[in-house]
Amino acid sequence: MPALPRLTHLDRLEAESIHILREVFAECARPVLLYSIGKDSSVLLHLALKACFPARLPLPLLHIDTTWKFREMIGFRDATARRLGAQLIVHTNEEGLRRGIDPFSHGSSVYTDVMKTQALRQALDAQGFDAAIGGARRDEEKSRAKERIFSLRSAQHRWDPKRQRPELWDLYNLRHGKGESLRVFPLSNWTELDVWQYIEREGIAVVPLYFAALRPVVERDGQLIMVDDGRLPLAAGERPQQRRVRFRTLGCYPLTAAIESNAASVPEIVREMQAATQSERHGRLIDHEEAASMERKKREGYF
Amino acid sequence: MLRFITCGSVDDGKSTLIGRLLYETRSLHADQLATLEADSKRIGTQAGGLDFALLVDGLAAEREQAITIDVAYRYFATPKRSFIVADTPGHEQYTRNMVTGATTADAAVLLVDAQLGLSTQTLRHSCLMAIVGIRRVVVAVNKMDRVGWSRDAFAQIEAQFRVFAQPLGFTDIACVPLSALHGDNVASRSRATPWHEGPTLLAWLETVAVDTDRVSLPFRLPVQWVNRPDDAFRGFAGTIATGVVRVGDALCAWPSGAQARVARIVTQGGDLDVAVAGQAVTVTFANEIDVSRGDLLAGSASQPAVADQAEATLVWMHEAPMLPGRAYLARIGTRTVTCTVTHLKHRLDVTTFGQLAARTLELNDIGVCTLAFGEPVAFDPYAENRETGAFVLIDRITSDTVGAGTLHFALRRSQNVHWQFLDVDQRQRAAQKAQRPRVLWFTGLSGAGKSTIANLVERKLHAMGRHTYLLDGDNVRHGLNRDLGFRDADRVENIRRVAEVARLMTDAGLIVLVSFISPFRSERRMARELFPDGEFVEVFVDTALAEAEQRDTKGLYAKARRGELTNFTGIDSPYEAPENPELRIDTASMSAEDAADLVIAHLGEGGGTA
Repeated sequence: MPALPRLTHLDRLEAESIHILREVFAECARPVLLYSIGKDSSVLLHLALKACFPARLPLPLLHIDTTWKFREMIGFRDATARRLGAQLIVHTNEEGLRRGIDPFSHGSSVYTDVMKTQALRQALDAQGFDAAIGGARRDEEKSRAKERIFSLRSAQHRWDPKRQRPELWDLYNLRHGKGESLRVFPLSNWTELDVWQYIEREGIAVVPLYFAALRPVVERDGQLIMVDDGRLPLAAGERPQQRRVRFRTLGCYPLTAAIESNAASVPEIVREMQAATQSERHGRLIDHEEAASMERKKREGYF
Repeated sequence: MLRFITCGSVDDGKSTLIGRLLYETRSLHADQLATLEADSKRIGTQAGGLDFALLVDGLAAEREQAITIDVAYRYFATPKRSFIVADTPGHEQYTRNMVTGATTADAAVLLVDAQLGLSTQTLRHSCLMAIVGIRRVVVAVNKMDRVGWSRDAFAQIEAQFRVFAQPLGFTDIACVPLSALHGDNVASRSRATPWHEGPTLLAWLETVAVDTDRVSLPFRLPVQWVNRPDDAFRGFAGTIATGVVRVGDALCAWPSGAQARVARIVTQGGDLDVAVAGQAVTVTFANEIDVSRGDLLAGSASQPAVADQAEATLVWMHEAPMLPGRAYLARIGTRTVTCTVTHLKHRLDVTTFGQLAARTLELNDIGVCTLAFGEPVAFDPYAENRETGAFVLIDRITSDTVGAGTLHFALRRSQNVHWQFLDVDQRQRAAQKAQRPRVLWFTGLSGAGKSTIANLVERKLHAMGRHTYLLDGDNVRHGLNRDLGFRDADRVENIRRVAEVARLMTDAGLIVLVSFISPFRSERRMARELFPDGEFVEVFVDTALAEAEQRDTKGLYAKARRGELTNFTGIDSPYEAPENPELRIDTASMSAEDAADLVIAHLGEGGGTA
């Protein structure tokens, strides 16, 4: 008789995530997977494919395109959807685009509200999605430590801390009223290191921006901003320099700082992570704007 | 991986301890440390020194109130193990949050303030852990620096705890003298306690046995999702709760008991020969049997309990109290069924494990009760299997999770009371009366005009030769329901009895008129579901509160306003108007005569001839 398998830490995390995804497949009428192209989304998509195997992905992918994503991200997104034969919905807040909302002249908080938060609401409402699956993790930020795996949102997409349901054992409550929807976070219990170790173990493809390479950057307030296209306004005398950098997190290029690094492969990233001294969201400029900013954004419907 | 929970009273230093654990295991990054230093200076309580509690007190509201108000999850790892910590608050709302955090924990860290010794809270937390089935506990005796690292003080607390914990079934108890603030005996041994022979807190957490028993329990797999991409493949997906499954094993699907052999254990990485508890898999069967979400797959040698009644411990988690008789939804494994608390045996005093008399459960109360399910359910006693013996209760109207609990055992009564088959049935009884049996359910505020209209309808139907009976709220309360008052729990039972009586009467072939305020949607829905489609006719007698109060034919509103009557619908007890009644009668624009005619017209020709 063969020896019984022994589950590792990653095996357990994987099984828990698959369980959560299957709950959505079984209970939700119209779920969608929020695909933001980053490493967490890549892991999430990989897990969703495992959860439904051998069936095809039973839900579409949704990408909120602010038009300020790194160009490499968009290429990776389209190639991934093509490779999997997945249905990809790309939504941009056209009204915001018409008003010319950008991260420079309107500040990152107005920009994020219009091009991300409002855009997400528009896309969810337009298609009547009742569950949106995202790759957020509890270890990312302090206010996320209390986020539920299944988080209920009102018809206006508001998150009301008082209405969040206790989650006991693995007995999740997915019931929701008409117009209400769920945000689902299957990676809640993963840490950044878990994500990279899993990417390494499973050989999951990620956007090359995560790997160190010579890239044109400018330094602002101690943060390295990549000059991804000609839209980044340069100050007088400011000159992009070639630096060996990579990204720990990917968002809109003007709002996402790079770190100097020589880690050019997944194993090197894992090694670098284990010696890391900066937390991941440090490179997200929008989080620093005010104390408890994430909680405020979440109440307004930011993912 | 170890999942553990931390619990303790408000000022025992729990947040500080968790912050300290994150710090000592180098789980904090440079920028988090910088924020901590800045926050410590600005709002810290340690005179500018690092205030570790600030690391974990997340939501803005609780930062202001300086208390933790929800369950937060933290992550750290050492070279030996990864940890998931459920951090639960120590203040008044403790039960709900603690029970929530404890359900996924394998072990518990129980904080005790060395200066205060065991408190009532410590005892409560210990009892709650026992209820949720946690068997491994470390008592972290904190603030030892404040008692001069007294060996005697520590020994006394340890001895007291061991005596107290005896009946609680903990299999592993350790005690550690420490200072979360200064770090003594948290990750490294303290020079202040040369007399302490046990492990440091972190060493205990790194080595405590994680429940490996799940694999050795009988095989259980609650079917989560039927995966059917095409006609050729029909797989049953789910996470193995306990035990082991191999290709070729004979399994039964409960509650039906249908049996089949495992043909394949499918995963994306390739088929498996064997799979164990904790794995998320998809099984296919060699022969086709009817299996759907909610069924429990079990090894053919070890049958779970299958019953429509069970005894359970129930923890109430909602501001609205539990009402015996009200139909909730129970989620057990992957199955969701309607569920009623038919009998509340007692409430638990969680400080002493004593029994208290109770008619309802309020938020954070714990009781022992009988549950009746809408259909048979497969489960195991929680004491034998934590994975398949738990349930949550969900409110059917708001969809809130309102309660949670553990199942003790199936009640055999459900198997011994059978339906007696009767030769004459409803159809024949109704045919003899040449009519279609119905229940006309009049709901509305006191003084809305329900009884007036119902009375007229009955008179007219009677004159048309129909066989009727009118159940009136006031009249029934003089007899059948004379033991019930007007509290919510009594109102629910009041409606349940009347609905059952109405059902007997429609079974007898009658047209039954029910004239009851019946203020809650839940119970009207429960009543509706007792009847086949079309037999239940909800008539909403819609009168504005001001109008009903102005009429006040019985003088009850005046009394209620004077405070002589409590729990009066519309005044200090809510009326939940129907959303989709078959008929709505606006008494402001329609006379009682017209209303009665409208109701009779709804019944069809001749008041519903067969």
